[in-house]
Amino acid sequence: MATFRIKRYNPEKQPEPYYEEFQLDIPQGATLLDCMNQIKWTLDGSFTYRMSCRSAICGSCAVKANGHALLACQRQASHLVKNGDTIVLEPLGNMKPIKDLVVDFKPFWDKIDKIKPYLQPKTRAPEKERLQSPEQFKRIDDSSTCIMCGSCYSDCNVLEVNDKFLGPAALAKAQRFVEDSRDGKTHERVKELSKPGGIWDCTHCAECVERCPKPARPFDRIKEVMTVALEERVTNNTGARHAISFTKSIKSSGRVNENTLPVESVGYFNVKGLFDLLPVGLRMLFKGKIPPILHKSIDDVDDVKRIFMEADKE
Amino acid sequence: MIKHDVVIVGSGLAGMRAALEMCKDLDVAILSKVYPSRSHSGAAQGGIAAALGNSEPDSWEEHLYDTVKGGDFLNDQDAVEEYVKAAPDVIYELEHFGCVFSRTPDGKIAQRSFGGHSKPRACFSADRTGHTILHALHEQLLKHSKSIKIYSEWYMHSLILDGDRCNGVVVSDIRTGAVEVMQARAVIFATGGYGRVFNITSNAFAGTADGVMAAFRAGIPLEDAEFVQYHPSGLYRQGILFSEAARGEGAYLLNGEGERFMEQYAPSRMELAPRDIVARAAQSEMDAGRGVDGKDIIHLDLRHLGEARIMERLPQIRQLGIDFIGVDCVKDPLPIQPTAHYSMGGIPTDKTGHVITDEQGTLVNGFFAAGECACVSVHGANRLGTNSLLDAVVFGERAGRSALTYANAVGHAKVNESHEKTKVLEQFENIFQQNGSESYNDIRDEMKTVMTENCGVFRDEDRLKVCIDTIQKLRERYKRGKVTDKGKVFNSEIYEIIELGNMLGMAEIIATAALARQESRGGHFRTDYPKRDDENFLKHSLTYPKDGELEIKYKPVVITKHQPAERTY
Repeated sequence: MATFRIKRYNPEKQPEPYYEEFQLDIPQGATLLDCMNQIKWTLDGSFTYRMSCRSAICGSCAVKANGHALLACQRQASHLVKNGDTIVLEPLGNMKPIKDLVVDFKPFWDKIDKIKPYLQPKTRAPEKERLQSPEQFKRIDDSSTCIMCGSCYSDCNVLEVNDKFLGPAALAKAQRFVEDSRDGKTHERVKELSKPGGIWDCTHCAECVERCPKPARPFDRIKEVMTVALEERVTNNTGARHAISFTKSIKSSGRVNENTLPVESVGYFNVKGLFDLLPVGLRMLFKGKIPPILHKSIDDVDDVKRIFMEADKE
Repeated sequence: MIKHDVVIVGSGLAGMRAALEMCKDLDVAILSKVYPSRSHSGAAQGGIAAALGNSEPDSWEEHLYDTVKGGDFLNDQDAVEEYVKAAPDVIYELEHFGCVFSRTPDGKIAQRSFGGHSKPRACFSADRTGHTILHALHEQLLKHSKSIKIYSEWYMHSLILDGDRCNGVVVSDIRTGAVEVMQARAVIFATGGYGRVFNITSNAFAGTADGVMAAFRAGIPLEDAEFVQYHPSGLYRQGILFSEAARGEGAYLLNGEGERFMEQYAPSRMELAPRDIVARAAQSEMDAGRGVDGKDIIHLDLRHLGEARIMERLPQIRQLGIDFIGVDCVKDPLPIQPTAHYSMGGIPTDKTGHVITDEQGTLVNGFFAAGECACVSVHGANRLGTNSLLDAVVFGERAGRSALTYANAVGHAKVNESHEKTKVLEQFENIFQQNGSESYNDIRDEMKTVMTENCGVFRDEDRLKVCIDTIQKLRERYKRGKVTDKGKVFNSEIYEIIELGNMLGMAEIIATAALARQESRGGHFRTDYPKRDDENFLKHSLTYPKDGELEIKYKPVVITKHQPAERTY
């Protein structure tokens, strides 16, 4: 007998959410969604969640189980039993609950809309198909597996503090076009994606890769967009400058120059940006946290340089 | 009252393709009880058929013959001809929309073999072809969002008919429970199939006969309802799909004794015979006690394909096996059984997607249907794999085009809003008020079980009578059901109850039409009439509502190029 501890919310009945526990024998081979259906169909018909395909392709049934987003249809319930016998079910994060495990996806879709999620072809349509090599297909293969379930969006650490962030799903979708050999707006796209709320707002925690139920792996896609942005020389922004300064410093000394990194990130000619840095710098000074003015290389810096040389060859 | 030029119900491939056809000229609404990108078209795995000839020379003539032979000669051949001829351009258009396809070494769309097709004709995107097409169309929908209004999580309750003219639909917003009348010059149904009436099915929870039953309640007959396709490779007990693409890539089917039993049933095509034949072979093996471990299990064996090929061509199938039953098909065979998969029948339409009501082709003005909910009929008694995505896109486009022409020529007709709305509000009220003691869950379970056991791969008179009798009793019990949730906000329970009502109606229609067809053809096999009977049954059934009963009539099959011949593989 397992306990399903479920976060319930019904604004028609009471304004505050609460937890309710249901006991259920998990049948052999039952998925989490099978169990949720058992609860709804035999214990409490008002238990509410979304579902449709039950084969991990429609993206409807993403919920939080034991604190992390997943597709309920894709997981064996018995694998989720924790703390002896309890599975905690909650609605997805970073979205407003509507009822029980159903959340409002509007902000999610609005952000998908923002990245112009459709092909803007380079050329007029030929009579037959546009040619695309298997290698070119491979570059958009993974991102095109995204099912828009919102698992990555739910558990994204940036979205928790910055709701302007486009989020992992929209950025992975953007990669699908940025790297599509048939698309003609690569430069415009990466320029747009380099603005605040875009790729450089990602903090590289890779939580989205952990949560993605498909091979889409949003953070991997975000890194690819970053690479294209730098290749396209879309560097007039803090994120790109930070990446360039960081790389330059490691390449020349084997360690990060913490004095130049913030300055180079905001830009030498960005007077307002530099002034914004002042208070932090002063506080660091008073606390004795300023790094040495003279930046020293690590002992084995030649090895680092060799690594860079090898990488540049590729 | 909400007003649009055209309302499309259902946002899978057919619905979205129809919307794109009209959005430049008309104000279009598209309604989905889920979200468009969550439509069940996305679950299609293996491919979409077109005689592109990218890996071997191919022609529409061969595609036509394969389709007609696969359909056991019940297809309307004039419609099939237009459909297979349209196929290549439809695929190129999807590619131009941005659809992601697997490629040949020289950059063309890759094509693979599929059951019943004599050439490698299935254009594919690994093993998620439906998904990539669905998303490509969804992208186009978002691109044209100024002229296409998407109503996600809205439910369609009824069709508004005034004589022979359709003037809109009654709908409700699942999120708020608000009932609204949607007035339109034309309505297109693209509401999908109804596999959920069966216990073992590959269909999504959403496949509950809402569209076909709304049409039926409005007096429109359903064509060829007895023809349900059982897909040979559903996951044991769960029914979810392992694509035929696995066999297209060379996987074997093995019985409990480890034999490739298709040798006995279709020696020339083996595992790539049409689905009806493979499903019957698998069921026969299990019925004869030759299932794996004596259970209703057949093995789908991919091991000889090797990990690299599986990962390149069938990665999703591998993952499904690992996630859902803990079997890695690289190392072990997958346990499968036949699963209810596709409805060949549906709302009768002409070749342009316009709904018709009889043998004479009498039109329901302003009412169109496309995709699985419609019956043109291009699939006849059994659909070939990869022909359904093609059906949805080809006839989605055509229904869109013919609705556009129609809507341009007429204005909005008057709708009695309060009358139409009241009927639906009363339905809600009845369910809320009936205060019965019957469990809807039990009713649903009993319906599904009786349908799978008695109206499945093999049927006979006695079993079908048991089926009809049980369903009728369940329909009585349904009137005394017990509802828990009486709220308005996102009341998924009430929608499941309404869907169950639709499914009970549909189940009775399927079984009744199956009882009347005293022959075996394609997906419909009667053990008491095991032969095809062209003399008496080379005709489409039309099931009409008549004074609360069902009335079955027939209409002839259109035969142009290929006279019915013996069907061997």
